[in-house]
Amino acid sequence: MNTQRTSGRRKQALAAAAVVAGLLTTAACGGGNGGSKDGAAGFDAANNKVAQADQVKKGGTLKFVSTQDADSWDTTRGYYGFMWDFSRYYSRQLLTYKTEPGAEGAKLTPDLATDMGKVTDGGKTYTFTLRDGVTWEDGKPITSQDIKYGIERVWAQDVLSGGPIYLQQMLDPKNTYKGPYKDSAKDHLGLKAIDTPDAKTIVFHLPSPNSDFLQAVAMTSGSPVRQDMDTKSKYGLHPFSSGPYKFQSYAPGKNLVLVRNTNWKASSDPVRKAYPDKITLDISTNQADSDQRLINGDYDLDASQTGLGAQGRQIALKEHKDNLDNPVSGFIRYAVFPQSVKPFDNLHCRKAVIYAADHVSLQTARGGPVAGGDIGTNMLPPSVAGGEGQKYDPYKIATKNKNGNVNLAKQELKACGQPNGFKTTIAVRNNKQQEVATAESLQAALKKVGIDADIYQYDGSQSPGIIGSPSNVAKKKLGIIIMGWGPDFPTVQGYGIPLWSSKYILQSGNNNYALIKDKAIDGLFDQYTSTLDESKKTQIATQINHKVMEGGYYLPFVFERLLNIRSSRLANVYTTNAYSGYYDFVNLGLKSTK
Amino acid sequence: MLAYLIRRLFAAAVMLVVIILVVFSIFFLVPKWAGVDIATSFVGKQADPHAVEAVREKLGLGDPIYVQVWHFFKGIFVGRTYAAGGDVTHCAAPCFGYSFRSEQAVWPVLTDRFPVTLGLALGAAVLWLIFGVAAGVLSALKRGSLWDRGAMVVALSGVSLPIYFTGLLSLAIFSYGLHWIDGKYVSVGDSFGGWFSGMLLPWITLAFLYAAMYARITRATMLEILGEDYIRTARAKGLTEPVVIGKHAMRSTMTPILTMLGMDLGALIGGAILTETTFSIPGLGQAVLTAIKNQDLPIILGVTLITSLAVLIANLAVDVLYAVIDPRVRLA
Repeated sequence: MNTQRTSGRRKQALAAAAVVAGLLTTAACGGGNGGSKDGAAGFDAANNKVAQADQVKKGGTLKFVSTQDADSWDTTRGYYGFMWDFSRYYSRQLLTYKTEPGAEGAKLTPDLATDMGKVTDGGKTYTFTLRDGVTWEDGKPITSQDIKYGIERVWAQDVLSGGPIYLQQMLDPKNTYKGPYKDSAKDHLGLKAIDTPDAKTIVFHLPSPNSDFLQAVAMTSGSPVRQDMDTKSKYGLHPFSSGPYKFQSYAPGKNLVLVRNTNWKASSDPVRKAYPDKITLDISTNQADSDQRLINGDYDLDASQTGLGAQGRQIALKEHKDNLDNPVSGFIRYAVFPQSVKPFDNLHCRKAVIYAADHVSLQTARGGPVAGGDIGTNMLPPSVAGGEGQKYDPYKIATKNKNGNVNLAKQELKACGQPNGFKTTIAVRNNKQQEVATAESLQAALKKVGIDADIYQYDGSQSPGIIGSPSNVAKKKLGIIIMGWGPDFPTVQGYGIPLWSSKYILQSGNNNYALIKDKAIDGLFDQYTSTLDESKKTQIATQINHKVMEGGYYLPFVFERLLNIRSSRLANVYTTNAYSGYYDFVNLGLKSTK
Repeated sequence: MLAYLIRRLFAAAVMLVVIILVVFSIFFLVPKWAGVDIATSFVGKQADPHAVEAVREKLGLGDPIYVQVWHFFKGIFVGRTYAAGGDVTHCAAPCFGYSFRSEQAVWPVLTDRFPVTLGLALGAAVLWLIFGVAAGVLSALKRGSLWDRGAMVVALSGVSLPIYFTGLLSLAIFSYGLHWIDGKYVSVGDSFGGWFSGMLLPWITLAFLYAAMYARITRATMLEILGEDYIRTARAKGLTEPVVIGKHAMRSTMTPILTMLGMDLGALIGGAILTETTFSIPGLGQAVLTAIKNQDLPIILGVTLITSLAVLIANLAVDVLYAVIDPRVRLA
């Protein structure tokens, strides 16, 4: 049973269809597979490779549009993927991601630091030296104390909530430091885990090794913040720049304008090219309108990188295919089975759902192979080290069971003591149309094996309190939760630890929805964090994924793909695994400065 | 008249207080009953329990509802200070709350966006009054003619087609297709011409919906009035038809139209959500929609109050205008 009326959506779909017809008949210029009249690079030309790098000119205004503003532009508080990508315009870290396409872009490179740091004490101490000539937007030098202070702000969750807290978890897992605003030290630099012996040296002391520590250092939350410029909770309204651009104006929910930071020195920054003179971001509330303006070339790029909407997709594929890229996003869309809700405490009942599902129908509900993605066969994204893509398919989801296997599902039901099926509830966010469609697809497939599933639609913005509360999940008997997840950084720790580690089961804001308490998985994560060898880390990541899949906690739907559009004005465009298949914003340029 | 006004103003103030209480209950009490902790929606993906607790403290979410309501009312007159974790945020009077999503006080957001919505509502109202009333009067005078039927068919389609359809279609044709109008909102301070051009399609789209309703109501009322004795008397006295229609019939026809106008303008000033969303106009409607998506309760509360206030004021104005138009009301 569906708990929410859908007539409004049907009306919207009709309206959208009529509008698509209108748009298609009035679409201005052509494109297609064979080439472009207006100089677009071609379909998938920037997917994991650099398009039109040789045509880049210095200057001009790069124009972004987005249907959502960042959660915060404060480097400590931002958690949206596009915010991290965009923040490289105005913030620097000790290390950052390489400005290279695809998997190479997910590798780290020195930014403010002179090198990748000196690791000693069995992986418990990291020492970095700052480059010469690194400056703030007022020309003053960036010091190691500024970096320490910026990192200390992560501890001030009572004031600066919202951002990732990996640095706190790695440097001070017991959370003994109370943050710089409650720091009684005169210089507010009382965090013992970080030393700054001089203005150019910073030393991190970890209580135990963590092999992804450098990833955490490279996160936006590792950016320097200068104490005298810290406006605390209001810092996101005007962050003080350490990068090549600075805030000129920002009206939340409306627009943001960045202009050149004249005190930034190219010689001090091996990463950023800073091609445009000005960068603008307009927030639009109408996806159809912003898609059309992207198609028309009024804007250069969608900042939120969520892919074109249904009608924009149709028009762009028909008329402007040469402006499109179709990268794998790094996100997996899936259903998860909380073990607190019977009968999902039984592995066979979980497997019954996996076998009963029609995986092609689920993929179609997500938007099909182009807009939705490849059928998901396991829980580690292909873009994360150790991910095997469809090569690892323990339930034959993408092959012989792709349309569902009723016989196997019934066998599993028998094995779990529910031969005639059972009743359950699918929880799905009501603001995600594709997720509701997958819930309906799953509901129909489960019916064939006698599993009677109701659909419970809830307000997506309330997720932390509804599905993120294990007691609420058990109380409402939400046996199947539909969700999606992408890596915070491209490793198994950055992707899977909040989902699969028993240490991350929280009473609210929980993400380990399945309530996995598997000593083997916890042990593998411990092993992973203490292993510094990259190839061994990759092996462990693969093992963790196998363990998760063997537990039957998840039904993966798709390895998500995006269908993103770039304007024909853009040069030096490429997607990167560092930001879940998004375009790497920081070195985008224009072909003409007009 | 003064006593009447004072009585109405007092009733409006009481109504506002009731609205605040209801809205507070919807947003702060109902989630509590449903077992949802509002504080969790203010923290991030890796919800730190300390952060949730701090947010609860900062927003006063742990206080009884009457305390929260009291703080809200007090803030309107003397301002309010939010303090937690060494961070102090002062919200100057009139403080209608503080958005911890966008780190802005609600009042400046409202005053920034109010003129945008007002421009949209008034511009559209001028268009729909001119075209709607004219079409209705002409239809009534030429009852049963091709004009009457044609106008009513257009009116019916105007009433039936939702704004997200007509809005997108008008953008598709006139902006993306024919490139006659850019359709992108420009602030009036940046360029009056750009603002006017950007507002044309929203005005027309919004007016299309409302003009249809006004045409239908004008036609029906006018037809009824044309059958009244005093119209027959006026004609029998030898008055010309324009005088009969313009001076006598129109005056009575305007009464229900004014009632509708008051209600419609009030509601639109509170935010023409669909129009502002379709055309990306940064008005109150867009603000409240974004706030709903983000569970930004202070902004939702602020816009709800503005809407209520606008409806109350518009109705008050209509009541006063009644007295001007209709002497019977004055006498009563």
